[in-house]
Amino acid sequence: MPAADATAPGALAIEALTVALPPGADRPLALRNVSLRLAPGEILCVVGESGSGKSVMATAVMGLLAPGLRIVSGRILLSGTDLASLSEEGLRRVRGRRVAMVFQEPMTALNPLMTVGAQLAEMWRTHTDLAGAEIAARSLEALREVALPDPEGALRAFPHELSGGQRQRAMIAMALALEPEALICDEPTTALDVTTQAQVLALVRDLQRRRGTAVLFITHDFGVVAEIADRVAVMQRGVLVEEGPVSRVLTAPAHDYTRRLLAAVPPLRAPPARRLGSEAALEVRGLSKTYGAAGLFRRRRATRALDDVSLTLRRGTTLGVVGESGSGKSTLARCVVGLLAADGGEIRVAGAPLPRKRAEAAGLVQMVFQDPYASLNPRRRAGEQVAQGPVAAGVPRAEAVARTRELFALVGLDPAAVSRFPHEFSGGQRQRIGIARALAMRPQVLVADEPVSALDVSVQAQVLELLRDLRARLGLSTLFITHDLRVAAQVCDEVAVMRNGAVVEAGPVAEVFARPRHDYTRSLLAAVPGREAPGLGDGPPPSMVAAAGARPAGE
Amino acid sequence: MRAWRLYARSPAALLGALLVLAVAAMGLAAPLLYPDDPLGLAGRPLQWPGDNPRFPLGTDPSGRDIAAQIFHGARVSLLIGFAATLIAVAIGIAVGALAGFYGGAADTALMRVTEAFQTLPNFLLLLLLVAVFGSDLRTITVGIGAVSWPPVARLTRAEFLSLRTREFTQAARLQGLGDAHLILREVLPNALPPVLVYASVVMAVSILLESALSFLQLSDPNVPSWGNLIGLGRNVLRTEWFVSAIPGVAILLTILGVSLVGQGLNDALNPRLAGR
Repeated sequence: MPAADATAPGALAIEALTVALPPGADRPLALRNVSLRLAPGEILCVVGESGSGKSVMATAVMGLLAPGLRIVSGRILLSGTDLASLSEEGLRRVRGRRVAMVFQEPMTALNPLMTVGAQLAEMWRTHTDLAGAEIAARSLEALREVALPDPEGALRAFPHELSGGQRQRAMIAMALALEPEALICDEPTTALDVTTQAQVLALVRDLQRRRGTAVLFITHDFGVVAEIADRVAVMQRGVLVEEGPVSRVLTAPAHDYTRRLLAAVPPLRAPPARRLGSEAALEVRGLSKTYGAAGLFRRRRATRALDDVSLTLRRGTTLGVVGESGSGKSTLARCVVGLLAADGGEIRVAGAPLPRKRAEAAGLVQMVFQDPYASLNPRRRAGEQVAQGPVAAGVPRAEAVARTRELFALVGLDPAAVSRFPHEFSGGQRQRIGIARALAMRPQVLVADEPVSALDVSVQAQVLELLRDLRARLGLSTLFITHDLRVAAQVCDEVAVMRNGAVVEAGPVAEVFARPRHDYTRSLLAAVPGREAPGLGDGPPPSMVAAAGARPAGE
Repeated sequence: MRAWRLYARSPAALLGALLVLAVAAMGLAAPLLYPDDPLGLAGRPLQWPGDNPRFPLGTDPSGRDIAAQIFHGARVSLLIGFAATLIAVAIGIAVGALAGFYGGAADTALMRVTEAFQTLPNFLLLLLLVAVFGSDLRTITVGIGAVSWPPVARLTRAEFLSLRTREFTQAARLQGLGDAHLILREVLPNALPPVLVYASVVMAVSILLESALSFLQLSDPNVPSWGNLIGLGRNVLRTEWFVSAIPGVAILLTILGVSLVGQGLNDALNPRLAGR
């Protein structure tokens, strides 16, 4: 990329920016000496794992640093204006008009008590002295430009009346309303479904081309990078480790950290199929569940979360359940473990119906939860939480404790760590504790509900490797719920695609992904970001990465 | 330990702890400093503070030593405060935990009872209890506890409602653990911090309620409480105002101390909210 002139119009230049964290944080500086240049009309993706400082950079540019963080040195030049030295008053004139931001979660970024039209109109009312009629016309035009299906209706709608993707489109319309020189997008598609994500990415790309806006795009997802970026900057613990054109960084990464990150992205291509047995560990027959049924005071519309779902999980295999939010896959998981009662249908584990009493069901099905931070009790020791299940089932305390230590070793944790509290573990380690807790009950079937979607890509690769390893060593039968087709390709033997509470397609994962029969499966696969990018998915299988990368002691 | 460091960060919280400890020390020292019955006749009535070196805080209309009553009263006030708070928190947690954990019909029933208590002004309810059951110290303490639990129940219920659906509670449920374990080991420890903070408010209010009862001369007349002393001073308020003012200041400082401790606890237990 030719070096952009820092004073050229539309150029955003971050020069030797250093931002300090409050004392007592895990490191002294959130950003260390970061320099970046964003030319007019280009999209620069900033990638990194959690804690890399990428969001701090975005908020520093907007002058919205979290309390406790402060800029120590460096400049942020927007067409020659140093944003870092502006007063709050000066920043207010720049924000929205010359540099705008799109946030991750459109529901919380929009005011729930104001219509979309009123919030959009605020942009012009605050920054210009246009007449009301002119503002109304421009608002409508702005919504039309972001391709909302019913722009007139959307103006009058409240945020909760729009879908997630529509809300994010409204946010983008708002950000681009005053034609800013630079647009900052902080993980704008992370909260969206994969097909919606693809549409929003296409929209950002399209608007940016038409208007020549410079876009600083923060993401953790290399697939998204491959879809949208002109150039990439890779951040690691507050330091910019690599920067370059997207084609070069993805295919020939120069820095070791970039190479590791890229290699950890699971390929969409499934490994060769294994020989599968025919004995069923879990059979689901005609399962149905309806939410919001009529009650005395409830007049919500009933939602069919599960509509005659039938599945078979063979012993010793992993069955993936994939689909977008609202497809019913989490409801299915909760019904199978007995946390939710189904309205109709049958769940059979190892040939017998799932018992209603939770003490009896505990030895048959266990669950690994999505959020490693919410799934462990913060006030109790890790080992205690693993051992309490067997103790309740009648295993003598000493034996349960010994088994817990063995399980800690099995999932790659230090057995001595049983006496530590959850906050002393990292996210990936917590997920290992969650797996140990489920295995402690020696279940016939393990249900994993999005077990890696809250984890960074490199940690995700390690946990997926652990699950594959456990399947081989213990012959685990796993029902694996995920929205991420890349993850499903790596860990599942068979896959079932769900949509609106029904299974639309099922079969061996390699077959379904290579030759999808249903239109919905095809559109899901087509929407996976970066699926055609060179460098993504051509790498070695994640198992090799995990073996080469740092692994916790004790494995 | 971490919570203590966060607590000690705030000078106001330390001052509060100091005040409460000082009152407790007064109560403990009372039998040593004033071994005689504080309600016994000590000298000429209504001596001003400083007039007689034997009575540094003067004497009340019946000729009893005010200083002795203040020291012994510290015991009574703190005792009533602690015991009534314990009762209120115990009832409140039990009701709130059951309502929040089970939801449905149990929740509806328990919350209607709670609201019935809340719609009655609690002081009137306390007067009623005292009128029916008499006014010895034990009845009053239980009475104060019995009228102070509804807010604790509501707070506990709100915490339980959100915590019972957390993933760690569900995980324990899947491990086959019983409801008692889920309530006591998984949910309650996480629900306690806001309840503990609120307990300081209950304690302050309990001390005030007892004082208010004594002021109306409806409290136990046979114990040397601060409220009793204020009530005695009521008739001589315009001339010998010190009789009411001295116990009034004692109550003020105690409540201030308890409130500051509560605020400090709040900041220590919710470190992210501190300094806002």
